[in-house]
Amino acid sequence: MIELSELWFILVAVLFIGFFFLEGFDFGVGMATRTLATNDLERRMLINTIGPFWDANEVWLLTAGGAIFAAFPHWYATMFSGYYIPLVFVLLALIGRGVAFEFRGKEKAQQWKNSWDWVIFFGSVLPPFLFGVLFTSILRGMPIDADMNIYAGFTDYVNIYSVVGGITVTLFCYLHGLMFVTLKTVGDIRERARKQGQKLIYAVLAVLVLFVGLSYFETDLFTVRAGVTIPLIGLIVIAYSSVIFLLARKRDALSFTMSGLGIMMTVGLLFVALFPRVMISSITSANDLTVYTAASGDYSLKVMTIVAVTLLPFVIGYQIWSYYVFRKRVNGKDMIY
Amino acid sequence: MSELILARLQFGTTTIFHFLFVPMSIGLVFLVALMETLYVVKKQEVYLKMAKFWGHLFLINFAVGVVTGIIQEFQFGMNWSEYSRFVGDVFGAPLAIEALLAFFMESTFIGLWIFGWKKLTPKVHLVCIWLVAIGTMLSALWILAANSFMQEPVGFVIQNGRAEMNDFFALLTNPQLLVEYPHVIFGALATGAFFVAGVSAFKIRKNLQVDIFKKSFNIALIIGLVSGLGITITGHTQAQHLMESQPMKMAASEGLWEDSGDPAAWSAFAIIDEEAKRNTFDINIPYALSFLAYSKFEGSVPGMNTLQAEYEATYGEGNYIPPVNATFWSFRIMVGAGMLMILLSAVGLFLSYRKKLETSKFYLRAMVWLIAFPFIANTAGWVMTEIGRQPWTVFGLMTTSASVSPNVSVQALLFSLIAFTLVYAILAIVLVYLFLREIRKGVVYSTEEDPQVSIDPFDKGAYQ
Ligand code: HDD
Ligand code: HEM
Ligand code: HEM
Repeated sequence: MIELSELWFILVAVLFIGFFFLEGFDFGVGMATRTLATNDLERRMLINTIGPFWDANEVWLLTAGGAIFAAFPHWYATMFSGYYIPLVFVLLALIGRGVAFEFRGKEKAQQWKNSWDWVIFFGSVLPPFLFGVLFTSILRGMPIDADMNIYAGFTDYVNIYSVVGGITVTLFCYLHGLMFVTLKTVGDIRERARKQGQKLIYAVLAVLVLFVGLSYFETDLFTVRAGVTIPLIGLIVIAYSSVIFLLARKRDALSFTMSGLGIMMTVGLLFVALFPRVMISSITSANDLTVYTAASGDYSLKVMTIVAVTLLPFVIGYQIWSYYVFRKRVNGKDMIY
Repeated sequence: MSELILARLQFGTTTIFHFLFVPMSIGLVFLVALMETLYVVKKQEVYLKMAKFWGHLFLINFAVGVVTGIIQEFQFGMNWSEYSRFVGDVFGAPLAIEALLAFFMESTFIGLWIFGWKKLTPKVHLVCIWLVAIGTMLSALWILAANSFMQEPVGFVIQNGRAEMNDFFALLTNPQLLVEYPHVIFGALATGAFFVAGVSAFKIRKNLQVDIFKKSFNIALIIGLVSGLGITITGHTQAQHLMESQPMKMAASEGLWEDSGDPAAWSAFAIIDEEAKRNTFDINIPYALSFLAYSKFEGSVPGMNTLQAEYEATYGEGNYIPPVNATFWSFRIMVGAGMLMILLSAVGLFLSYRKKLETSKFYLRAMVWLIAFPFIANTAGWVMTEIGRQPWTVFGLMTTSASVSPNVSVQALLFSLIAFTLVYAILAIVLVYLFLREIRKGVVYSTEEDPQVSIDPFDKGAYQ
C-alpha cells in the first residue's frame, strides 16, 4: 500500500506538472509579445490569447505551494526560506506581470503601453528562469544543516549547471508559448510563430542535451532509479525532436502536445529523481529531507486527501469548460486587453 | 535592526497592503453581481451600465488584490520558517484548501466574466460573477480559519515537537472564527458600499449622470447601513468573546492596568504611559465596558497587571503585555469609524427618501470623505487583532520571536522590504490614477469609446 505522504508527493508533482504545462505557455506568450509581435495590435492579440486563463494557471502554483505547506511543512519552510532572494524576484516578476495585463490597455498613450509591455516581458522570462535555477540546484543539493535550514552562498544558487537548468526551462516555456500562439491566432502572426518555433527547436534541443550531460556530473539522476529516469530522458528528447517534423508539416495541435509533453515529462523527471527525498543536502545525506521526515501527521494528510479528491474534479472540469468557451482563435476583433 | 523587527515590519506592510484591496474586492463584486442581477431580472439597460462601470473599477482593484496575495502565500515559508514548521500541519491545510476551493473559482470565473460578455448567455454570465463573489467569500473563510487558529488554537495536539491536527471540524467551528468571519465580511461589504456611495455622491454633486448614480447610491447605502449594523453587532460579540479567549488583548485595548471596578467604565480617551504602566489621563464612560464585555451593566474586567502575573505563572517569565497604545487607539479608530458610517448612511437614506439628496451639498461632500473610513477601520481592526496578540504568533503556544526564519539575513530582509515597498508605492499611485481616470470618464454610452461597454444583449442579441 502506498503511504499517504507518498501520495502527497505525487500530488505535489502533479500540481507542478500542471503549473508548468499551463503557465508554461502563458509565460511563453508573454515572451513572444516582445520577440514575435511587431506592433501594438499583434501584442494585444497575443495577450488576449491567454487573457481568460493566466490567472487560473497561476493558481496551480499557489495550490502547489499550499499543498507543500500543508503536507510537508518542513519542505515548505526549508525551501522557501532557503531560496529567499530568488523568490523575492519571482514575486516581483509575478506582481508586475499580473497588473500589467490589466493596466496596459487602460491608457492610450504609447509610452504607457510600452512600459507595461516590458513589465510583461520580464515578468514572463524571470519566473521560468528562476524556477529552473531553483529546481536544478535542489536536484544538485543545497547546504542543509542538521536543523533543516539552508545556509547557502552565491555559487550554491548560481552555477553553470543551475543557469543551464534555468535557460532550459525558459526555452521550453518559450517554445510552448509559440506553439500555443499557432493554435490561438490566425494569419501572419500564426505563420511567424511557426517559423520562429522551427528555429527555436534546435536551441531547445541543444540546451536539453547540455543539461542532461551536466546532470550526469552534477547529480545522481542516472544512478537513482535509472530504469525510469533514462527512458524518460529518451522520451523527452524524442518529444522535442518530433516537433521539428511536426512543425514542418504544420501539425500545430500535435506540436503543442509534444512541447507540452516535453515540459510535463521534464518536471516528472525531477520528481522521480528526487523521490523519496524532497530536499537534498550537499553536506551529508543524513540531513536530506525526505517524504517521510518532512510530512505532516496522518490525520492531516487524510483530511487533505479527502478534500483534494472531492474538489479537484470540479476544478479541472470548470477549467476545461473555460478553455472550451474560449476555443475560438483570436482574430484581432473584440479584444479586451 | 534585527531580523525579527524587519520580518515583522515586512509582514505587517505587505499584509496591510493586501487587505486594503481585499475588502474592496469582496464588497464591490457583491454589488456588481447585485446590479447585474437587477439587469437580468428587470432587463433595464441602466443596470447593465452600472454593472459595467463598477465592474471596471472592481477589475482594477481585483488585479492588485491578486498580485499582493501571492506574496502572502509565500512569506510564511520565506520569513516565518520556524512558525511554518511548527504549525504547518494545522495551518497549511486551510491555506491549501483556500487555493483549491476559492482561488481556482475566483480566477477561472473572473476570466469567463471579463471575456464572456458575447460568448455566454446573460444568465450564465450572471452565474459567473456570482461564483466570483462566492469565491471571494470562501477565500476569506479559509484564510480566517487559519488566522483564528492563531488567535485561539483548537483541534490539535503537540506531537513530535510540533502542533499536529487532530480535529479538522474543530478548526472550522473555532469560536473565534464564528465571530471573526461575519465581522470581516460585513466590514468588506461596507468597504465596497461606501466606495460606491462616495463616488456616486461625487457625481451627483457635480450633476453628472445623476439618474444612474442615484440608483447606485441608493443600492450602496442600503448595503452600507445593513453592514454597518452588522459590523457593530458582530464587533460586540467579538469583544465579548475576547474576554474569554484573550483577556489581555481586551485589557490592552482598554488601557486597563488594574482590575476595573464593578460596573466597569469604558475609557473613551487616555494618555497611556507604557513604561510606568499607568495612564496619566483618562476620560471614562461609566457602565460602558461592562456592557461591551458582558452585554449587561455589571461585572468587572481584569487588568493587565493581574493578567501578567497570571500568564507568568502559566507560561513562565516574560512580558505578556502587547503594545498598549497601538491596541488602544486602533480599537477606538475602528469603533469611531463604524459609528460614523452608520450615522451617515442613515442620514443619506433619510435624505433620499425625502428627495433632498441632490441639494444636500454638504452631505454629498462628506460622503466622498467617508470612502476612506472603512479602509482605515479595516486596517485598524487588524492592527488591534494582530498587535494585541503579541508577544504570541499562536496564542499560548508560540511567540513571534521564536517564529522567524533563522537563516534569512538582515541584508536579504532589507532588500526585500525596500523592493516590496517600492513596488507597492508604484502600484498604489497607478491604481489611484486609474481609478480617478475611470471615475472621471463616468458611464460610457458610445460604442466607439469602448466596445465592451455598449453591448445590450437583449436588444441586439450580442451575447450569442
Ligand atoms: C478576509 C479576506 C482575506 C484575508 C484576511 C486575506 N486574503 Fe488573500 N485574498 C482574498 C481574501 C483575503 C480575496 C478576496 O479572495 C482576494 C483579494 C482580491 C482577490 O483577487 O482575491 C485575495 C487574493 C489572494 C491571493 C491571490 C489569489 C489569486 O491568484 O487569485 C493569494 C495567494 C492570497 N490572497 C493569499 C492570502 C494569504 C496567505 C493571506 C494571509 C496573510 C491573505 N491572503 C489574507
Ligand atoms: C489581512 C489582514 C491582516 C492584517 C492587516 C494583518 C496585520 C498584521 C500585523 C500588523 C502584524 C504584525 C504584528 C506585530 O509584529 O506586532 C501581523 C502579524 C502576523 N500575522 Fe497578521 N494580519 C492580517 C491577517 C493575517 C492572517 C489572515 C494571517 C494568517 C492566516 C496572519 C498571520 C500573521 C502572522 C503569522 C504574523 C506573525 C508575524 C508577526 O507577528 O509579525 N495575519 N499581522
Ligand atoms: C462599530 C463598532 C466595532 C466594534 C465594537 C468592533 C469590534 C472589534 C473587535 C473586538 C475586534 C478584535 C477581535 C479580536 O482581536 O479577536 C475587531 C477586529 C476587526 N474589526 Fe472591528 N469593530 C467595530 C467596527 C469595525 C468597522 C467599522 C470595521 C471595518 C469596516 C471593522 C473591521 C475589523 C477588522 C477587519 C478586524 C480584524 C479581524 C477580526 O479580528 O475580526 N470593525 N473588531
